[in-house]
Amino acid sequence: MVYPPKHSKEPPVLERGAIAWIRHNLLSSPFNIAFTILGIAILYMVIPPFIHWAFLDATFVGHSKSDCTGDGACWVFVKEKLNMFMFGFYPQAELYRPKIVIVSLLGLLAFSKFFKGRGVIKLALIIIFPLFAFIMLHGGYFGMPIVETQKWGGLLLTLVIASVGIVLSFPIGILLSLGRQSKLPIIKSLSVFYIEFVRGVPLITVLFMASVVLPLFFPEGVNFDKLARALIGITLFEAAYVAENIRSGFQAIPKGQYEAADALGLGYWQKMGLVILPQAIRITIPNLVGTFISLFKDTSLVMIIGLFDLLAMVTVTANDRDWLGMDTEGYVFVAFVFWIFTFSMSRYSKYLEKKLDTSKGR
Amino acid sequence: MPAFLRDEKVRGILYQLITITLFVVFLFYIAQNTSHNIEQRGIKTGFGFLHSTAGFDITESPIEYNPSDTHLRVFEVGLLNTLIVSAWGIFLSSLLGLIIGVGRLSKNWLINKISAVYIETFRNIPVLLQILFWYNVVLAMLPSVRQSIDIFGVFYINNRGLFMPKPVFQDGASIVGLGFVIAFIAIYFISKWAKKRHEETGQPFPIFIVSLAILIILPLIAYYLAGKPVTFDYPHLRGFNFQGGKTWTPEFMALLFALSIYTATFIAEAIRSGIEAVPKGQKEAARSLGLSPFQELRLVVLPQAVRIAIPSIINQYLNLIKNSSLAAAIGYPELVTIFAGTSLNQTGQALEILLITMLTYLIISLFVSLILNWFNAKMKIKER
Repeated sequence: MVYPPKHSKEPPVLERGAIAWIRHNLLSSPFNIAFTILGIAILYMVIPPFIHWAFLDATFVGHSKSDCTGDGACWVFVKEKLNMFMFGFYPQAELYRPKIVIVSLLGLLAFSKFFKGRGVIKLALIIIFPLFAFIMLHGGYFGMPIVETQKWGGLLLTLVIASVGIVLSFPIGILLSLGRQSKLPIIKSLSVFYIEFVRGVPLITVLFMASVVLPLFFPEGVNFDKLARALIGITLFEAAYVAENIRSGFQAIPKGQYEAADALGLGYWQKMGLVILPQAIRITIPNLVGTFISLFKDTSLVMIIGLFDLLAMVTVTANDRDWLGMDTEGYVFVAFVFWIFTFSMSRYSKYLEKKLDTSKGR
Repeated sequence: MPAFLRDEKVRGILYQLITITLFVVFLFYIAQNTSHNIEQRGIKTGFGFLHSTAGFDITESPIEYNPSDTHLRVFEVGLLNTLIVSAWGIFLSSLLGLIIGVGRLSKNWLINKISAVYIETFRNIPVLLQILFWYNVVLAMLPSVRQSIDIFGVFYINNRGLFMPKPVFQDGASIVGLGFVIAFIAIYFISKWAKKRHEETGQPFPIFIVSLAILIILPLIAYYLAGKPVTFDYPHLRGFNFQGGKTWTPEFMALLFALSIYTATFIAEAIRSGIEAVPKGQKEAARSLGLSPFQELRLVVLPQAVRIAIPSIINQYLNLIKNSSLAAAIGYPELVTIFAGTSLNQTGQALEILLITMLTYLIISLFVSLILNWFNAKMKIKER
């Protein structure tokens, strides 16, 4: 006898496909039904008005405020002022320079993603690129007229502050965290004092300090411009947070790693630089990205000490007599730009977290 | 290398000597330049300015203040305003964060996703931008005083702020306060007794409902016994503005709402990660013991989740307090706006004023970390 296997019955209609999904995820109990209704109500209150305002009733074409006749957003404002939002008061004729810098930065990022060669070249690029960017933006060489940093603004300035802050606060943070781990009491207490002091005060007071008090610290004639002062303030501030992140990485390194490095006869710098730090930084990369996200958001504070970053540019242009009352469009645009940067950074950190997690299992 | 330099201890001392020398030289260099610069620019030094007249007005102050008061008074007003907005912010952000955090854990797909979108939206936008948005866009849309939005004839909202009734305590109000105190003492002892009985006999006691009842009934009895000593002062329109009651200015509201909405995202995430960090086996064990879903949450999940969530929530409170300094952008008169802002501009004594301001925040931070350490020590898993 042969018993051909019968096909098992299909699950009941209510238990498969979209219907089952809806039943289980939206309508599983009276409470759940109530929550679903609440959710739909929230969506109904938020989404249709927003779509009407931002798209259906919005004005996209035109050149002045008078072209905006609809009830919705006046995106003409953003379109007309886009160059100012992106580059601040950078002279129109010289705009190709920041554009070249941004394109080459993107190219460099892509290059470092696919480049499998030695780290030395990457390190060289980290040092050479800022020089190149500064020469391009500031000018004064190769027949490029000088553009004072006061004229830098908008997203360009935001990116300059964020990237300089990230690149400089990282090595300082490493040194501070090493100091905090150190067995030498004076070095340790100086590092602890610095880290805890900075982490205990708001960034804005550090920025005030950098912009008002810092010039008093140096002999007459030594003059930092406003941007440099803001950069010093932000870098010194974020370095303390980077140091704390790396310290949490140190704590996850087993003692055996230190002992193994000692047994190999490595000196302090070799032990730290070749064995401990690479592992500590690797573990703490997601936290570091988190710190860099806050740094990116914090760059908007330079507005309070009188620099024209993206947020300040929007505030200024929305007070322009021809464009009065355009705050909403401006702020929504800035929020969107910041959101894209920070959201993609946080996705990247999630991705890294996953990637680092699997490598543990080897 | 000379032999003594190969000794690690000797090298350690040498390194530290070099560090401390460099540090002292650096400090000396800065101090010299600073004193020279201050002299050159004719800036006064010392803390005498704290006792000189401020001469400017402050838009809102919880304590008596007028322009003939000193800069020290300005400092006090600023500090109080910082603490007030922080306290309200901590309250509101906890409430909102709890709602969103629970929503993020909801099995309902829609609520879950709405919470996720809320978190990802508001925590990725700089809080300064949110403050400016509330101040320049949302609150600027409010009607004038004459067209105030009237809520039950008790609350009024217009472009001057939110006007609400203020409780007025008359003679005998202290009896109601006494009622609260007695209620708290009673709850403390009842819960102690209930816990002891539970541990000895295993009989549970509905401590939450009983506590709530005591907390409501006792002060209520006191209230009627004392002859209703608490009345409300309602705001009413007189001339061009509202009189009486309590007012939240637009600056205060913009700062409060922006800080609360921003911080709530982090609190929600802390709550979610705390609850998700409880191992699945714990929930399964609770269920196989026959606990109800509520008991499972109350007795097994929450006590473990709290240990993980609370430290990061407290850190968020600290961030909220520090972020309240962004009020400088909209002019809510807190510490940074009036003391490190207006007073600094008037006296020019930036170094002293910024040091005082930073130290004040530092003391607040230290205080919060003391609470945190106390909590961590208390919550530490007690192993036999």
